[in-house]
Amino acid sequence: MKKIEAIIKPFKLDDVKEALNEIGIQGMTISEVKGYGRQKGHKEIYRGAEYVVDFIPKIKIEIVLPSDRVEQTVTTIREAANTGKLGDGKIFVFAVEEAVRVRTGELGKDAI
Amino acid sequence: MKIKTLFISCVLGLVTAAPALAADKLDSGDTAWIIVSTALVMMMTPAGLALFYGGMSRYKNLLNTFAMTFVAYCLGSVLWVVCGYTLAFGPSQGGFVGGLEHLFLNGITVNSLNGSIPEFVFLLFQMTFACITVALVLGSVVDRMKFSSWIVFATLWFVLIYCPVAHWVWGGGWMGEDFGALDFAGGTVVHINAGVAGLVLALVLGKRKGYGKEAMFPSSITLTALGAALLWFGWFGFNAGSELAADGVAGSAFLVTNTSAAMGALSWMFAEWALEGRPTVLGVASGVVAGLVAITPAAGFVNLPASLVIGAVAGLIGFYAVVKVKPKLGYDDSLDAFGVHGICGVWGALATGLFATPTITEGARGLFYGNPKQLWIQFVSIVATAAFTAVGTLIIVYITKMLTGGLRVDEESEVKGLDSSIHGERAFEIS
Repeated sequence: MKKIEAIIKPFKLDDVKEALNEIGIQGMTISEVKGYGRQKGHKEIYRGAEYVVDFIPKIKIEIVLPSDRVEQTVTTIREAANTGKLGDGKIFVFAVEEAVRVRTGELGKDAI
Repeated sequence: MKIKTLFISCVLGLVTAAPALAADKLDSGDTAWIIVSTALVMMMTPAGLALFYGGMSRYKNLLNTFAMTFVAYCLGSVLWVVCGYTLAFGPSQGGFVGGLEHLFLNGITVNSLNGSIPEFVFLLFQMTFACITVALVLGSVVDRMKFSSWIVFATLWFVLIYCPVAHWVWGGGWMGEDFGALDFAGGTVVHINAGVAGLVLALVLGKRKGYGKEAMFPSSITLTALGAALLWFGWFGFNAGSELAADGVAGSAFLVTNTSAAMGALSWMFAEWALEGRPTVLGVASGVVAGLVAITPAAGFVNLPASLVIGAVAGLIGFYAVVKVKPKLGYDDSLDAFGVHGICGVWGALATGLFATPTITEGARGLFYGNPKQLWIQFVSIVATAAFTAVGTLIIVYITKMLTGGLRVDEESEVKGLDSSIHGERAFEIS
């Protein structure tokens, strides 16, 4: 099992979700996060006082899935979230040791 | 019922039949307009100014800014009828302050007149000016002043600074008719007075924690813009009402007020766009107020072309003072009470000495209409007001500090925000 963590631009969430639905990914967890990488922040000016807003709003998607689905899923997310500009985001893949379905107690692949 | 009617008609008959004892005669048109103007100016404090300032203060201090503004209006309302009116408009004591004949409005009845309007209406109209002046000061000190200190300061300042200055200019004091300073609706009395007091208070109080280092985002530019719009609306009562009559000069004052506000907004916006890269909404709202402040002393004395210049220059001066000069001087005038009201008030008072034309109000003649002396008179009135206010405010600040055990909230409260630490409330519930 693997966990995919993808940080994307907020307005790309719908595209990514639809693309993942098409390849049969059945669930995901998202959160609104803030951060910056190469895109950097932006400036706001109030009566001449310049404030740099370092952290830009992003969406983090988390998906846990069987190892053999990882490659296709990562490609799908990358294609759907791509705008070709700085700030499109990052995708990380982690190993997952165990998964438990709370309702039934099923373990491993059966639980996801 | 019948007897009562009979009695009233007898009394009315007597009153009508009696020979006029004074030249003053009530005019219902004038009275109606000043009643409406009074209500308009009242709205400028707890609605216009509270929103204008509240939107600029940080989210954690928005309610405290509202509280300071509301309380300033309430204190002013009470103090004015108890002693303020008589100190400002009572019989002059050497031109410096009014006598105490009208304590608690003693001696004023429903039949008392001031010009062509009832004295009750006149004194209420003047009350709304007194209230907004003390409320304007708080723009310099939001985010850090103790609420108790503000209440004590506002009380002392209202009685000891505002009332004498109002007397000098409008109440028969030395600066008005004898000396010849022109201040139609309060350039010196309201704006220079409040602006200088704010600067003194901000200097004594010190900077906000983190000023110049951490980002201090305004809580809502939307509220500030709405506040500026309400101020603009109320200012028609402020300036056109100051004619104390519903006549042509009132109409002219209305016209130049609106034009100057619009020019101020445009010039501030374009200056900011050109020099800072963005036409901000805060800039437009600030420019509106700059234009309104500058036209205030001139409203009943200048014509339309002059108002175009007065407003445009006010926007540029305000922008320059707030955006360029303030950061270099390094004081923390939080919401720029001095930068906008003080500086643009000075410009307005000088501009009155330049542009006043006898075609609007007879006898009011500025430099451009052949009376260079007027500019000197205006200059002296500015310096005298600023000096009196600066020294007086400084003394009052230290008295307040003694009475309330320090002017500032403690550091923890300042970081947490005054809404929570003083009032135990929050301005918004955002989840």
